[in-house]
Amino acid sequence: MEIYLDHAATTYVDERVKEAMDRYFSDEYGNPGSFNTVGLRAKNAMDESREKISNILNCTPTEIIFTGSGTESINLAIKGFVKANKNKGNHIITQKTEHEAVLETCNYLEKEEGIKVTCLDVDEYGLVKLEELEKAITNETILVSIMYANNEIGTVQNIKEISEICKKHKVKFHTDACQAAGYLDIDVQNLGIDLMSLNGSKLYGPKGIGLLYARRGTIIKPIIHGGGQEFGLRSGTENIPYIVGFAKALEIAQREREYEVTRLINLRDYLINNILENIPKTFLNGHPSSRLPNNVNITFLDVEGEAIMLMMNEYGICASSGSACTSKSLDPSHVILAIGLPYEAAHGSIRFTLGKRTTKEGIDKLLKVLPGIIGYLRQVSPVNLSLKDVGR
Amino acid sequence: MNMADVKSQDNRSWFYTDTVKDHFFNPRNLVKKDDEIEVKDFNGIGSVGSPSCGDQMSVWLKINENETIKECRWRCFGCASAIASTSMLSVIVTENGGMKIDDAMNIKPQDINKRLDGLPTRKFHCSVLGDKALMAAINDYFRRTGQNDRIIVEGAKIVDKILKITDKDIEEAVLDGADTFEKVQQKTKVGIKDKTCIPEVEQLIRFYKEKYFR
Repeated sequence: MEIYLDHAATTYVDERVKEAMDRYFSDEYGNPGSFNTVGLRAKNAMDESREKISNILNCTPTEIIFTGSGTESINLAIKGFVKANKNKGNHIITQKTEHEAVLETCNYLEKEEGIKVTCLDVDEYGLVKLEELEKAITNETILVSIMYANNEIGTVQNIKEISEICKKHKVKFHTDACQAAGYLDIDVQNLGIDLMSLNGSKLYGPKGIGLLYARRGTIIKPIIHGGGQEFGLRSGTENIPYIVGFAKALEIAQREREYEVTRLINLRDYLINNILENIPKTFLNGHPSSRLPNNVNITFLDVEGEAIMLMMNEYGICASSGSACTSKSLDPSHVILAIGLPYEAAHGSIRFTLGKRTTKEGIDKLLKVLPGIIGYLRQVSPVNLSLKDVGR
Repeated sequence: MNMADVKSQDNRSWFYTDTVKDHFFNPRNLVKKDDEIEVKDFNGIGSVGSPSCGDQMSVWLKINENETIKECRWRCFGCASAIASTSMLSVIVTENGGMKIDDAMNIKPQDINKRLDGLPTRKFHCSVLGDKALMAAINDYFRRTGQNDRIIVEGAKIVDKILKITDKDIEEAVLDGADTFEKVQQKTKVGIKDKTCIPEVEQLIRFYKEKYFR
């Protein structure tokens, strides 16, 4: 069995989630839009799930719109908001380490809809500089979209401070919370956010389900048209088993969060410290403390990430890399470049993301083979950089 | 077909052939960093690329008086495809008693690719630096032996086989300010007919951008 350290890519479905979903495939298969008892039972299951989630998010059920993925939620949030609020201004603000779902959506709006986009720089840890955010807001600004926690380097943004700045300037605030939801506070009142995107596949729920929280008074327009489901904001027959599974997954995450977060932070720091101590010429990417409990992102100088991954894979260890060779483009990760790493270091960054099935034994297995892998690849490599060469 | 299609057509991009894996895990003719290597034993040494563009190769050649390559040693910073390609290249030029340098100069990334039973399409560009490093080492041999007339000036290699566009053309386009594939294509028409060269062209654009604008 492999040691899976790629939980930020996706998680397995929790057995309890699978169980909760099971009856909504062949036994309770109704369309909640049907005016009959079968449909009604489906509608009840959906309403119950929406209610459960609204309790977790501390909002009303009508503020939750189910979608098909985190990416779709983000598209609905940004495109839907801009469509509905173009008359108020034509400027939106985001930042460089966002997921492609945000960056490409903004890119689209800039190219096709003539919207002005400001993409803020981040500091060396990946944090948005609050004073720069405030400076970037103009009379034309209608929306700020900044992620809660980064998928690659795990940096957690100062969401409350950002939402206060937005409130002060009467600008709406969207956050992509897909990576954060399993580990951090997602009480929307406490955080003060207007729009929040979540998905199921990062928190032991099914893939193919997401939701957008839209605060009452934050007007958005649909981007998918049809039968008018989800308060007219997302047409298409509701995916009842996945909605039920998503609610169950969020419920479990919420209930077990405290225990799991403590456990993961211990494992995470154990892994980070051991790598940094035992393998020379390595450093941690992302913020040392304002960081997701399950994220470890390390740069290994003189070696290329894909080669490390393939070697680890032979030992049954699954991780991911910011190297150009694993991306569709030929450039290293935009996140790694945004935090100011030079190209020669960006190719050797590896992300380990821990999760429910990660044990100390698994981490120890990784720690046992990793120095050998890096040592071997450094023997193959003609490059000999020092930490100083890359500004560390 | 647009760029997105070119990049996404290879769904199996993660799968390496057994030959690629074999050369990655058991590279032939490698010079490890700790290996004591007598530089004076080699009469052709070349290096191309840089870690900032993701690949760097160094090649050491021992060429005898009959212009046959008797030894080809190397070191490589790069992904599995790059390491396996360089390893295979070192085998091709030294097997069966060694290859004549005139023949070695004609080795194409495609030849290496074939012997590796194919690299994933998306990874093909990873094999292009190997033969460049070999070329640099052979040029070094020409320089050392006073055969300056035989030195192949770098930057005359055809990349677009239909429109006969060379890497020199790409270099000039980049120097002229074309910093994306689209802009280079506008200037040179590269890759319009011969789509197989697109990954290599992208690699070249990045390489020259790094070289001139960093």
